[in-house]
Amino acid sequence: MSTDPRFDGPGPDEVWRTALAEGRLLLQHCRDCEATRFPPAMVCGACGSPDLEWREASGRGVVHASTTVREREGGYNVSLIDLAEGARMMSRVENVDSGAVRIGMEVVARIVPEPEPFVVFDPAEGGAA
Amino acid sequence: MSHPLRGRAAIAGIGNTKRWNAPGRLPFDQLQEAAILALEDCGLALKDVDGLFCAISSSGLPVLNAAERLGINVRHADGTMVGGASFLFHLQNAVSALETGLCEVALICYGSNQLSAGGRLASMPDPQHYETPYKPRYPISSYALAAARHMHEYGTTRENLADVALAARAWANLNPDAFARGPLTRDEILSSRMVSDPIARADCCLVTDGGAALVLTRADRARDLAKPPVHVLGTGVAIGHRQISAMPDLTTTAAVESSRHAYEMAGVGPSDIDHVMVYDAFTITTLLFLEDLGFCPKGEGGAFVSSGAIAPGGTLPVNTNGGGLSCNHPGMYGLFTIIEAVEQLRGTCGERQVGGAEIALAHANGGVLSSQATAILGTAATI
Ligand SMILES: [Zn+2]
Repeated sequence: MSTDPRFDGPGPDEVWRTALAEGRLLLQHCRDCEATRFPPAMVCGACGSPDLEWREASGRGVVHASTTVREREGGYNVSLIDLAEGARMMSRVENVDSGAVRIGMEVVARIVPEPEPFVVFDPAEGGAA
Repeated sequence: MSHPLRGRAAIAGIGNTKRWNAPGRLPFDQLQEAAILALEDCGLALKDVDGLFCAISSSGLPVLNAAERLGINVRHADGTMVGGASFLFHLQNAVSALETGLCEVALICYGSNQLSAGGRLASMPDPQHYETPYKPRYPISSYALAAARHMHEYGTTRENLADVALAARAWANLNPDAFARGPLTRDEILSSRMVSDPIARADCCLVTDGGAALVLTRADRARDLAKPPVHVLGTGVAIGHRQISAMPDLTTTAAVESSRHAYEMAGVGPSDIDHVMVYDAFTITTLLFLEDLGFCPKGEGGAFVSSGAIAPGGTLPVNTNGGGLSCNHPGMYGLFTIIEAVEQLRGTCGERQVGGAEIALAHANGGVLSSQATAILGTAATI
């Protein structure tokens, strides 16, 4: 076997999911240009470098855009969150009425363990609403 | 010096089944009918086709299925699947394949039974694991997020969006082949059921069946065929992202790039365009594309539309068939933007005819504002 050692180890989706299952929120950063990468990938979207490393994310973010999906049983929130580290992810804001979620609202990540671990956000304590 | 591909290929024939609700027909039935209509339109036959281009929501191997059903032997083919813009990607490939001699007669075709098969948008299975847990309604919620952001940044209102749907209906009322005709008011649009804020039912395109096809040849050959050729003056494609979270700027699409390529190839600019077709999957997409294609400045799409500019009698005729909002929307509507542009340039549009139309622009979108493709078409006088 002569595989390229730069790409050894678990793939980026596996790393992301394994970390979430351990209660950790990780983000990829480019060692060449410092850009963040989300969703996880093998190369930097900003400069094309394959030299990415995982770092612990702060979990702090700001609502970039928000919608309420209307169902017969009621509505629920879907938002795009800009993380403090620069990545943008789809998620939802909980513990506040979906209609009250505003662009620019400060939020904090929380990992929901079941059924598959995933990330939601709560309004930040004392944050600008 | 003009671009080497400018005007070299021409759309010789068009086929449109206009069967918007046709139970008992498969997507490939609609596709085959459209292909036959397009070939008859220009006086060619299936045996003449040696280049096949198609995409279909319900098939992962559309070229194989279409070639078998049509009984054609091809030496060039393209089944690029980038959602509703696929057919304009095919168009760019067809133009280049015709010029380089890879094929002589190119057939681009599509069919769908999405209304009669159950009325749900049939998308290619392509799960997005980083979105699934949040249950966005696909694709509406992604467009809703872009609309929310446009409202936040530029003060765009739901009334502005409603005026897009009103203009589309006004054009549809001049088109006897449109699926949704009849009176429609701003209040009816604003009070329609909210689906994913700020997008309500009346901001969404129709769900219909349908089939469409184009036949292209090199321009010199098209001049000897049955209908006046409509020349492909310029094409451009661009891909921005797959998931809405990866869209760099929710209020600016890759249509900026696709149209820049098309304008450069055609040697024209927005002020030279007589007739415009943009893929209106949702009312917000018309606003975004009017801005990104250069018909009004970024952020001013709402005011531009609400001034009456794109409605019948306005300064810029847009989506004159009634669009995806009021004419038809079989799931991947892109090919129909070309069909209407060709009809306008041929001057066969009856009550909705744009007087003296010489240059038309057709723009298509795929995914969630993901793939963008622009085509600029012209009459023989533009060559
Ligand atoms: Zn980088």
